[in-house]
Amino acid sequence: MIHIPDIANATPIQILFSVLSLVTLSTAFLAIYSKKPMHNAIYLVICFTSISGHYLLLNAQFLAFVNLIVYVGAIMILMLFTIMLMNLNNENEVHKPRITRLGAIVLFCLMCLVLISIFMNSKPIADGSYDVTGEDYQSIKILGKILLNEYMVPFEFASVLLLVAMIGAVLLSKKEKLEK
Amino acid sequence: MENILDQIGIENYIFLSVILFCIGVFGVLYRRNAIVVFMSIEIMLNAVNLLFAAFSTYHQDAQGQIFVFFSMAVAAAEVAVGLAILVSIFRNMHTIDVGNLKNLKG
Repeated sequence: MIHIPDIANATPIQILFSVLSLVTLSTAFLAIYSKKPMHNAIYLVICFTSISGHYLLLNAQFLAFVNLIVYVGAIMILMLFTIMLMNLNNENEVHKPRITRLGAIVLFCLMCLVLISIFMNSKPIADGSYDVTGEDYQSIKILGKILLNEYMVPFEFASVLLLVAMIGAVLLSKKEKLEK
Repeated sequence: MENILDQIGIENYIFLSVILFCIGVFGVLYRRNAIVVFMSIEIMLNAVNLLFAAFSTYHQDAQGQIFVFFSMAVAAAEVAVGLAILVSIFRNMHTIDVGNLKNLKG
């Protein structure tokens, strides 16, 4: 079911998708492989930004900007602050046994193989024709209506979850008082 | 306006997401630095989010994108609490190597 893209006649959007995918995968790998925690974080920022680019390519603008704000803006800043707080740059990570690394690499290859073969051999989901109904389904207006009508209760629970997480984070990272 | 998937194809998004997810799994197994393990979890969550968005475009349905919002909210909460736990672990044990966290071992 896999069709090899024609490189010579690639449209600009296909080229853009290929470049974005390459950036996403390579920076995701470097974010894991790099030894210094600060470099990990910077690579991960690039990876998340390129995923925002994918969302823009899918014409999901609101999702792209929410991804940019939440992941790049909030989560990565939190991680960067934690890394700076811990001062881990003195490279105290012990050398792992070779069997662990080998196991990780083998599992990576096997999992890729299994998942991709599952998707290739499953029912052909894409028969080459994609319907376009023409109706608007992903503008902010429509998303807001769906979010606040059908998904009202989960929306409120999400806000409660964020509040609880905030209180929990404050309580956990507060210095414990000495026992009297 | 024509569908973007006409030019790219949903299967390419599936392959991208699968490989990204596997990179995340690889990171969890390969590294012992707890912060990098967290980053790998974020990569896995992002791979799933990307697939949700792609299938939302494929079905011309907004529900997939709504689900991505909720998953982002949960990810933000998870990271906040997880990093707080990491900070308190670091304060007590002066390391965040997950290989050293075996106090529960009998």
